[in-house]
Amino acid sequence: MPVIDLATTPLRELNKALHNIQRGSNDLTYEVANPRGSHAVAVGIDGPVSVDVNGSVGYYCAGMNDGGTITVHGSAGPGVAQNMMSGTVVIEGDASQYAGATGRGGLLVIKGNAASRCGISMKGIDIVVHGNIGHMSAFMGQSGHLVVLGDAGDALGDSLYEAKLFVRGTVKSLGADCIEKEMRPEHLQKLAELLEKAGVKDVRPEEFTRYGSARKLYNFNIDNADAY
Amino acid sequence: MSYHNPYTPPRKSATFDDYTLAEIRRAAATGIYDIRGAGTKRKVPHFDDLLFLGASISRYPLEGYREKCDTSVVLGTRYAKKPIHLKIPITIAGMSFGALSGPAKEALGRGATISGTSTTTGDGGMTDEERGHSQTLVYQYLPSRYGMNPKDLRRADAIEVVVGQGAKPGGGGMLLGQKISDRVANMRNLPKGIDQRSACRHPDWTGPDDLEIKILELREITDWEKPIYVKVGGARPYYDTALAVKAGADVVVLDGMQGGTAATQDVFIENVGMPTLACIRPAVQALQDLGMHRKVQLIVSGGIRSGADVAKALALGADAVAIGTAALVAIGDNDPHWEEEYQKLGTTAGAYDDWHEGKDPAGITTQDPELMKRLDPIAAGRRLANYLKVMTLEAQTIARACGKNHLHNLEPEDLCALTMEAAAMAQVPLAGTNWYPGKGSF
Repeated sequence: MPVIDLATTPLRELNKALHNIQRGSNDLTYEVANPRGSHAVAVGIDGPVSVDVNGSVGYYCAGMNDGGTITVHGSAGPGVAQNMMSGTVVIEGDASQYAGATGRGGLLVIKGNAASRCGISMKGIDIVVHGNIGHMSAFMGQSGHLVVLGDAGDALGDSLYEAKLFVRGTVKSLGADCIEKEMRPEHLQKLAELLEKAGVKDVRPEEFTRYGSARKLYNFNIDNADAY
Repeated sequence: MSYHNPYTPPRKSATFDDYTLAEIRRAAATGIYDIRGAGTKRKVPHFDDLLFLGASISRYPLEGYREKCDTSVVLGTRYAKKPIHLKIPITIAGMSFGALSGPAKEALGRGATISGTSTTTGDGGMTDEERGHSQTLVYQYLPSRYGMNPKDLRRADAIEVVVGQGAKPGGGGMLLGQKISDRVANMRNLPKGIDQRSACRHPDWTGPDDLEIKILELREITDWEKPIYVKVGGARPYYDTALAVKAGADVVVLDGMQGGTAATQDVFIENVGMPTLACIRPAVQALQDLGMHRKVQLIVSGGIRSGADVAKALALGADAVAIGTAALVAIGDNDPHWEEEYQKLGTTAGAYDDWHEGKDPAGITTQDPELMKRLDPIAAGRRLANYLKVMTLEAQTIARACGKNHLHNLEPEDLCALTMEAAAMAQVPLAGTNWYPGKGSF
């Protein structure tokens, strides 16, 4: 298994190596040592490679991941897994702002807490946060699922489109056009599936509340101007 | 002699003119502001207010038909492994598939390719047709991230991080539901028929320090191959240019308030931002202060219409220009051929700006399949190429008259201004004087 030490190897050599992996290669598992908060670690992966990052990372770790499995054995800075297309990203610690921003697919698991704007403008990604999330999370969320085992901050799901939100704890406040919704069997089934994928045990889907869009702001209406 | 009271004609207010009165009545009737496309319609100081001095005894001209005047430009020489080489310094500005029809995007790509220049995607992602018909394609990285994916990022020739645009610095956008066809909806991951809001701020960065890291990420994803542009609306051009350079941009795109939009509030278009003419010199000054003029290239857009405008923008220090509205006109927008239909829409050719409603008779700003059929992308692409050729020839004519063997050799010293406003903004002397109004600071 190749080990790339960022204390001695330039970042661009790491990312270039991860981009050039051929399908069928024997080296599909990489380890990154000494990330020391580096930005843009393991970005733009476009194949089924696994990367273990031993330490905390800065901005945009695993950005635009498409098929890779990236595990950060530490915490992640802003924009982790931004615009992920597919694959899995696991953060063993906490994640800063904008985790999973604009993600289109794949699974992002944050085992600690996530800061504000988690899942902002999400477009199909599934995000499971073991802890709490900050304010304005899932802002303008278009599709995908955001699962929060802890509490959510202010203005959850503001200006939400079709993303589905599940919160087990409390929600400080809901954003414009975001409402509590009925938890139907298909939602319980999806939630159970996501919890299993994220390695969550001893938590039942029935403990969550579902939130979604009221769809009142989908087409501009002057009578709704105060909601914007 | 009896006194006769002479006739006094009715006097309308200059402040409350007919248009203003109509707008007040419209607002009172509808309860909503006016949304429209295009850029500012008010008269602002512009390139028309500048003149070239031409050659004289102290400098000699080049022979118009025999001596070469180069028009090429290379963009992205600072960091990118693969900078862009263009034959002419006139590029096609970012306009989205969604706001524009598929045939319109194809026509822009065809015309640009024939002319050896680049075209640009918009807020909606990259289509296969657009990529296929554009030899050099710039991929916009916008706050909405509609259609954004790493595959398209890698098949682009350059990446343009859009911070703002001249028609609405600080504003987002809205593509109304009537233009959301199945294909547009699919590209944007949203249900058909609903309004699609485009955020005014990027979702995962704020400020120049974050932008520097965002640019690093984009370079890492694309293995440092692609030039990275940063596009800003004309608001604080000195500082925005300096900060874009600090953040690592290869190219700065500066869009003045004459630059068009697909749909924005009229009050925004007419009252926010600065004229293109006022933006160029502060931006060039920032580049010069940082020792980066000609190392980080400057593309200027917003109201470029002719080769004279191109030459003036370059003389003021730009490396290239971008055209949007003019390119749409060249392929058929607002053509009098459709006057009867413009009349039915309550407007007239030359004034049609309800691009957001999707009813464009010319088949350009629409997703209606029947209207789209009216635009032949091959013929329209040829018209654009013809127009670009004329602009280039015009710019060369002026440059030769000023004794320059490359458009980039034009300089402020070749210019004078007709008005004090233009002289102050462009930092060139008022015609017939040595006076530079306002020179000294921005």
